[in-house]
Amino acid sequence: MLRKLLIGTALASGLAFAAHAEDVKEVQMLHWWTSGGEAAALNVLKGDLAKEGYAWKDVPVAGGGGDAAMTALKAMVAAGNYPTASQMLGYTVLDYAAAGVMGDLTETAKKEGWDKSVPAALQKFSVYDGKWVAAPVNVHSVNWLWINKAVLDKIGGTEPKTFDDFVALLDKAKAAGVIPLALGGQNWQEATMFDSVVLSTGGPEFYKKAFNDLDDASLKSDTMKKSFDNLAKLVTYVDPNFSGRDWNLATAMVIKGDALVQVMGDWAKGEFNAAKKTPGTDFLCYRFPGTDGSVIYNSDMFGMFNVPDDRKAAQVALATATLSKSFQSAFNVVKGSVPARTDVPDTDFDACGKKGIADLKAANEGGTLFGSLAQGYGAPPAVANAYKDVVSKFVHGQIKTSDEAVTELVKAIDDAK
Amino acid sequence: MSTVATSQIKLTPEHARPRASVRSRLQDALPKIVLAPSFAITIVFVYGFILWTIYLSFTNSKTFPSYVLTGSRAYQRLWGWTFDTDPPSSWYTSITNMGIFGFLYIAICLALGLFLAILLDQKIRGEGVLRPIYLYPMALSFIVTGVAWKWFLDPGLGLEQTLHQWGWTSFHFDWIKNKDFVIYTVVIAGVWQASGFIMAMFLAGLRGIDGEIMKAAQIDGATTFQLYRRIVIPLLRPIFLSAFIVLAHLAIKSYDLVVALTSGGPGGSAWLPSNFMYEYTFKRNEMAVGSASAVIMLMTIVAIIVPYLYSELREKPR
Repeated sequence: MLRKLLIGTALASGLAFAAHAEDVKEVQMLHWWTSGGEAAALNVLKGDLAKEGYAWKDVPVAGGGGDAAMTALKAMVAAGNYPTASQMLGYTVLDYAAAGVMGDLTETAKKEGWDKSVPAALQKFSVYDGKWVAAPVNVHSVNWLWINKAVLDKIGGTEPKTFDDFVALLDKAKAAGVIPLALGGQNWQEATMFDSVVLSTGGPEFYKKAFNDLDDASLKSDTMKKSFDNLAKLVTYVDPNFSGRDWNLATAMVIKGDALVQVMGDWAKGEFNAAKKTPGTDFLCYRFPGTDGSVIYNSDMFGMFNVPDDRKAAQVALATATLSKSFQSAFNVVKGSVPARTDVPDTDFDACGKKGIADLKAANEGGTLFGSLAQGYGAPPAVANAYKDVVSKFVHGQIKTSDEAVTELVKAIDDAK
Repeated sequence: MSTVATSQIKLTPEHARPRASVRSRLQDALPKIVLAPSFAITIVFVYGFILWTIYLSFTNSKTFPSYVLTGSRAYQRLWGWTFDTDPPSSWYTSITNMGIFGFLYIAICLALGLFLAILLDQKIRGEGVLRPIYLYPMALSFIVTGVAWKWFLDPGLGLEQTLHQWGWTSFHFDWIKNKDFVIYTVVIAGVWQASGFIMAMFLAGLRGIDGEIMKAAQIDGATTFQLYRRIVIPLLRPIFLSAFIVLAHLAIKSYDLVVALTSGGPGGSAWLPSNFMYEYTFKRNEMAVGSASAVIMLMTIVAIIVPYLYSELREKPR
């Protein structure tokens, strides 16, 4: 009996070994794009890979969100069980690359010409130590205004070009009895808005120095103080019930016409699309006043892990498909973001998407493409979260003056560095 | 009888059949064998990881665990934050919230649970219906409780909005949006969930009290109030202790309630130490600081549980 069992086990493991000797025709993917539009967008990629004979296998994540996925990834990597690729954000890619668990796609990158087509600012996160370790999927930008056109027409407003224009427009909305500014009072939303405020108040140079280089003098400067004052001014235009609201509920307020405008990244467009609204006729997308010509970005990446040799072919196929022009276009049309390579035709995109693509190209060439600190592309997570703490405490009144906010910001960032 | 026979065989080895000896040895060892896996799992996954966490708190671990000991910098940072009161640091907020929440949650649950139990103990009709109604909130997870109360307390959706629609327009209740009061909404939701369970514990205790003592007291002319004050409540002392332990550990680990109810509160003003720990370990990649805060939480629990265990074990010396 025992012998039979042993022989059986040996045979089975032998079979398993034989199967492993060939290439594994499967892509194991850890991601949290499970809801409506995002899942549909990802299906395009699944279809592309299926055509080449690769099966797609989702790595299950309990709980759904990005945090849960990152916790699951940490556990998988600690156990030495790498997925083919994982959806990753900003510094996470670099952290894992520094830990030596990422693969090397440089060969594929050279063949496909990623060096030239992917913006240099993005390559900071997808290339580590001269090696391509991640395939960027899209570029989101956060310095957008989302305006309900019907409300704007009703109050007789026009596109605000400067911060003062913006305040005047918000005043008009207030006088007309609409909620001027839709904001969700969660720390990342407040900080995302503050990214734009700082860029508008201090200009591109200042933003880069303060929020990408973490330059002490800039963080302490009067311009930063002024930025906090401007933020405080904007916060006076939100409804009293804003604290804790989810971002998509704030977007819904604009869609329904309860509120005039939301300052949010271009993922908000997905909500407008889902509500069957058309850009230009139902809603308008303007750059945050005073930030035209610059783009504050964040980007989703597929981090590629150092998988065993028999799984490398599948990984290369995934990376190639991810950065193919057809997928970049199809995916980003649905997702609301813009392609991560600047040579993708914009024919399928709506007005906002076309503007986004043009802006990204111009910002890339003009050197005004900056990582969003609130979204974790300006500095490592410890610093980014310390920053969100300070902004949120300022918005909610634990920090009372802009003087104090600047002191706290410098202290928090120094502490986290 | 059979045991006697076995031991006799054991005593006389020349007559002992090997089979019986193996069997009896197996019987002796069986409880240990059965318990061994769970024992091993507990040793590794509870105590092993406690030691690991303590070790990590003395390293410079960031995103991933690092095993280089670098001293007590994580504790020094936490200690520094403990006195950062203006503006409040996240750690200061967390521990003061723990104090407010822990005290109110335990005190109100005990008081309300006892009160409800005494009312239900009055031989009323329909007790069978009422008891589960109070008990059922405990069957819900903290997440469900949190979301339900979030909607109920939201001024734009729940209670305030409803009362405004009914015409009471001056009604104002926005604690959940207020940085100074948001922690009290966590208390409300927590008490709602746990007080029914505490009631059930007290009810069981009340049912266990000897009716003769009560009758004797009544014959001696004790009023109802005196009866409860002098006889019933003192007799319930062990229940108080058990309830306290149950509530204390629920209070310290109630991370999900804060997340579901307040998503951290305005400017992080509803954080408890467990939120702090998760946030620093997994979101901010400061694993050493997260571990240090976890160790401090553990020490707090130990400070509560050890005296309790000590007193319990001493009472039954035998």
